[in-house]
Amino acid sequence: MGSQSYYIGVDIGSTCTKTIVLDTEGQLHKYYTQPTGWSSADTADSVKERLSQEGVSLEDSLCVATGYGRVSVPFANKTVTEITCHARGASWLYGSGDITVIDVGGQDTKIIAIQKSRVVDFMMNDKCSAGTGRFLDVMANSLGVRQAELCELAAQGGGVSISSMCTVFAESEVIGLIGRGEARENIAYAVIDSIVKKVASQARRLINPGAKVCLTGGLCNFAYIHTALERELQTPVLSEKRGQYAGAIGAALLAKEL
Amino acid sequence: MSNYVEMWKELGMDLENHDNLCQVLPTAFGDVFLSQQNRPQGMAFWDMVVAEIHGIRPAELIEAQKQGRKVFGTFCVYVPDEVVIAANGIVTGLCGGSQFWVPGGEKVLPKATCPLIKASVGARLDRTCPFFRIADMYVGETTCDGKKKAWEILGQDVPMHIMDLPQMKRPQDLDKWTAEIAAFAKAVEELTGNKITVESLNEAIRVINEKRKALARVYAARKAANLPISGKDVLLLTQIAFFDDPVRCAQMCNKLADELEQRIKDEVSVFPKGTKRLLVSGTPLAIPNWKLHHIIETSGAAVVCEEMCTGTRYFENLVDETQTTLEGQFRALAERYMKTNCACFTPNTGRIDDIIRYVKEYKADGVIDVNLKFCCLYDTEGYQVEKALKEAGIPVLGLETDYTDADAEQLRTRIGAFVEML
Ligand code: SF4
Ligand code: SF4
Repeated sequence: MGSQSYYIGVDIGSTCTKTIVLDTEGQLHKYYTQPTGWSSADTADSVKERLSQEGVSLEDSLCVATGYGRVSVPFANKTVTEITCHARGASWLYGSGDITVIDVGGQDTKIIAIQKSRVVDFMMNDKCSAGTGRFLDVMANSLGVRQAELCELAAQGGGVSISSMCTVFAESEVIGLIGRGEARENIAYAVIDSIVKKVASQARRLINPGAKVCLTGGLCNFAYIHTALERELQTPVLSEKRGQYAGAIGAALLAKEL
Repeated sequence: MSNYVEMWKELGMDLENHDNLCQVLPTAFGDVFLSQQNRPQGMAFWDMVVAEIHGIRPAELIEAQKQGRKVFGTFCVYVPDEVVIAANGIVTGLCGGSQFWVPGGEKVLPKATCPLIKASVGARLDRTCPFFRIADMYVGETTCDGKKKAWEILGQDVPMHIMDLPQMKRPQDLDKWTAEIAAFAKAVEELTGNKITVESLNEAIRVINEKRKALARVYAARKAANLPISGKDVLLLTQIAFFDDPVRCAQMCNKLADELEQRIKDEVSVFPKGTKRLLVSGTPLAIPNWKLHHIIETSGAAVVCEEMCTGTRYFENLVDETQTTLEGQFRALAERYMKTNCACFTPNTGRIDDIIRYVKEYKADGVIDVNLKFCCLYDTEGYQVEKALKEAGIPVLGLETDYTDADAEQLRTRIGAFVEML
């Protein structure tokens, strides 16, 4: 082998693509995100470009692709579903043992029950986008704020709720609230409350007593969502800034086993 | 399927619309079936039948009608074929399994109706399925609410006989089903103009039992460690069994079973060693609904058994052949049919026992419990099924889907993750 070899995990999600590079010792070498464009294939190309800029040679490395665009990564040695990868990544981030992962992604929400780093059960939301990042996105747009702002506003609000589970109906409810002159904080609160309730009701079905609960995926960067989820589930929820990378980390760890 | 245009015209079909279906079906079939490696030669028969699905068999049925025979269209494995055969009638399944027919059904049915019912109603109303045109009488049953009400729409311009199916399995329910079969026999006699005799019914019982045994032989071959046939292929032949002549069906299945048994001896398998074995349970997969099997078998797993009406529920349990009176025969039929475990019944714990038994017999690594969207019965029962399987230490994945392809990638991820988990 010419240059240094690495283990690469690429997680092409619906909105965001995460890349993780581990060195031969399994230590975190590089990690970064980029938006997933219209085409997963183009995104894979730019991942490749970025890797070479970072001095990571693909020829000498092993790569596992995951996420909904996993089949569009021509340089991947293997593809593995995001469920398996998230489980591996979450165990790496939060320690082995019983873990329930709540992953709120752009298009779907996954709940994964893990024992000894292995998936024992999982569930995904159906086609509906309630309780996913997409819901947050749509609502933030209706309120004319960015997602992060919406979460900050929500922390100061209260007293209002949205009853519709369906994103389309919920959006018209929000527009109705805006029309009635309801305070933005309160509407933001209602939006987050709706997501969190939906996610929590799914999660409760799979949380084993004694399991650590942790939050991964794009939404774990928003502190208020984390707080609201703890409040709703009445249990501590672990979260950390690299949580968004759980799938990519898992993929890189699986590349190491190839 | 071009040389049948005249026949379709005479059947009063909507040719233009039907053409659209004829155009997509061969591609779908090629992608799903013909792309498989090392298929058993015996599958050639079913390949031919599907290639001309709206041609060969409909032409046979029309020919039989010209000889004065009557065709009965059915929608449920509870309707006893034997009674029809005993009066020299012909049975054909009518359940729709394609999204193609769904919009037609949605014109008259509530959105929240299962796609099987929507497709069946759409196929009738849009005049795009020859079998729906050919049948002289439809036979419905009081199973789920969706079907019960659909009969009222379907039966508007075609004779319709409805069998009142009990929803429990107490002794009085068996009595009731026996009486329903006797009443059905009367209706069949009236329409065909033929008397059902002890002899003719015994012969019909024997014919259908032979068909069940032949199907069971094909399924038994899937218990082998080396799978001699794919799940997709078995699903296909089971789906077509609902439309075919029962004697020919038994012949073809037995011939295939010979080949499969030889393959097992020769250790020929259609899957690489170590492929995960899955049992699929739940709502029926009517032809041409191959979506789930296709996704499973292109995601590193094989389907080894279907606990479905298009599966074991169709052929399990034989009818007693020793009865010497019509009354005794009707009761023997009722006893056999009431053993079928459908979610329309309460309680239905027999179905859970069946699934657990099949998991052992077919050496399945896990179970996929699938239900057609808006089938409230199987959906609700899914909770009990999944709970019982988990308690028995059997991995299970519950899925809900319809006939569209919109959720194919989502299903692929879930099924892929489930297979990785095993
Ligand atoms: S699922 Fe029930 S109602 Fe449907 S065909 Fe089977 S037995 Fe009949
Ligand atoms: S799948 Fe369910 S809802 Fe559909 S016809 Fe069968 S029992 Fe009725």
